[in-house]
Amino acid sequence: MSQRPSVLWRTIATPLILTVLLLVIAALSYQFGSRAFNRTVVEMFINIMVVVGLYVFIGNSGLLSFGHISFMCLGAYMTAWLTIPPMMKSITLKGLPAWLLQTKLSMWIATPLSGLFVAIIALIVGRIIMRLSGIAASIATFGLLGVVNNVYSNWDSVTGGQGSIVGIPPTMTVWNGWLGAAVAIAIAYLYAISRSGLALRATRDEAVAANASGIDIVRERLIAFVVSAFIIGLAGALYAHFLSIVNPGAFYLRTTFVTLSMLVVGGMYSLSGAVVGVVAISVLIELFRNLEKGVSIDGVTLGLPNGFQEVAIGVITIVILIYLPSGLMRNRELTWPSWRRRQAVPRPAQPALEESN
Amino acid sequence: MTGLLQIVFDALSLGSLYALGALGIALIFGVMRLVNFAHGDFIAFCVFAMLWPSTNAAAIVFAGNLPSWLLVPLLLLVGAGLSVLSEIIVFRRFRNANPATMMIASFALGFAMRNFLLMLYSSRPKSITLWPTLGLPVEILGARIPMLQVVTIVITLVVLAALTLFLKRTRYGLEMRAAAENFTMARMLGVRANGVILFAFAISGMLAAAIGLILATNSGTADINMGANVMLIAFIATVIGGLGSVPGAVAAGFLIGAASVIFQATLPNEARVFRDSFVYGAVIIVLLVRPQGLFAPKSAKQRV
Repeated sequence: MSQRPSVLWRTIATPLILTVLLLVIAALSYQFGSRAFNRTVVEMFINIMVVVGLYVFIGNSGLLSFGHISFMCLGAYMTAWLTIPPMMKSITLKGLPAWLLQTKLSMWIATPLSGLFVAIIALIVGRIIMRLSGIAASIATFGLLGVVNNVYSNWDSVTGGQGSIVGIPPTMTVWNGWLGAAVAIAIAYLYAISRSGLALRATRDEAVAANASGIDIVRERLIAFVVSAFIIGLAGALYAHFLSIVNPGAFYLRTTFVTLSMLVVGGMYSLSGAVVGVVAISVLIELFRNLEKGVSIDGVTLGLPNGFQEVAIGVITIVILIYLPSGLMRNRELTWPSWRRRQAVPRPAQPALEESN
Repeated sequence: MTGLLQIVFDALSLGSLYALGALGIALIFGVMRLVNFAHGDFIAFCVFAMLWPSTNAAAIVFAGNLPSWLLVPLLLLVGAGLSVLSEIIVFRRFRNANPATMMIASFALGFAMRNFLLMLYSSRPKSITLWPTLGLPVEILGARIPMLQVVTIVITLVVLAALTLFLKRTRYGLEMRAAAENFTMARMLGVRANGVILFAFAISGMLAAAIGLILATNSGTADINMGANVMLIAFIATVIGGLGSVPGAVAAGFLIGAASVIFQATLPNEARVFRDSFVYGAVIIVLLVRPQGLFAPKSAKQRV
């Protein structure tokens, strides 16, 4: 037994621990959870994919993005187009091209295809937006969210407009969900330890010095943007299978802010923070949902009033941020044994939104 | 000619709303670098403050029944109070936090407030009638303009004039401008940080109340989401105008209002539903050309 764990083990410890933790959650829920509880767990796994995708871009580049949920929207609709039986599509979505109308793919093929489609879109959009930095970039991504939502809400013949498209095969189980989350974590971690990830974190911490060392900021940001879009596109595809309907309203401001809150609560500069934030908020939501349902004592149901759940989540988020401004994980990664050797990620010297004062 | 005049008035009145919203966000951003995402919920709160809490469809009007000389100051007070309270309870603890953390905190506050209102009032939009006479058209140079549009524009101009006088001519205004320019330096020179920040929040809250009144009069309903859209555009306007520049925010608010109305009037029929896409697209183009904003103050330049 050597004193220090091997290099390989230290390299893969974080994603491995996270994935195994999630596998334990999946197994426990499969074994003991009710149907409703299993659905909650699947939703949590999909949220983990989204937030991990957000981390790839926001955590490494330090730029806040409001636009990534539009990638979820693109992925979900792409999957809907690819997997809904042709019979149904020809009635509701007349505007689709003929070859797409006749396509009927299984989830295992449609999901990666949706991810690729989203990544290509991100590559095109990113080439324009990634020239900006600071809050201008954030607003530009906001513009992206607005455009995608506006187009998908009104392009009736192709997206069904404001209404929902139904008929996506509901194939999600906790195991699929876990697999999705594990893939997302693996991609995110591989990116973070890659040359590009390192370079991007350098630009986050000291943009000028990184630039002077020969790092092409726009290029590294674009790579992170595309990788994160791919992950979130996958998440959108799985979300479509999870709900079996898609609706543009599901991919707008509320989802944007809820997922961003999860990321910030966990700690936006570490992968473990992204995962822990989702798990923590999901546990809180489930807890309050049950409290709202109430406990029955002698036929009298004692419960919190309806809607209390959201109020409590908002308040708790604020309290966490007051006492732990850098999130639950304090921008550290989970390692083993975590009480002995913690890999502290240095605080970025210049946060994304801080204009010089 | 009358059609053109109609478009001008539409643009001015919509721009007025956005300008008032942008002003509320820019003032707070100036003094504490906080992008206040709860602003839209402040607007909704002020509207709902006129109703008695109930989950029925028919709203029980409460403060809304008061004569207008009492209602308007009361509502402005509600807005200012709410805003100041949120500063004391929440935002004060984030003075030194990362802007992203602050932004999420303000969103969380808005989220909690919105759902608190939903708990009390349910999600059904409620009808509320304020000053029905304002819906009647008046004739100006041959065009029939709704009275409310004229009133909105006049109110905005009055507010802007008063605020300009306040910022340029009074001691508090001077302190606020100094704080917006360089907060640390201003404090060293004897500006009371808490005072200036509270003042900015109070004005911002009053602006939210004013927007709430205009929106409620215009649509005749109280809807939980009514502030969100204005807040979004206002937020975009503050960035386009140049963060930290109050006149820039107002000008950009008017610009976005004008752009929306012009797109609405000139786009072909089938493209009209995609108007917002054109507006957002224009925003992205403006940012690409001038990332620092159209009217960026000198102090906003990145120093190396």
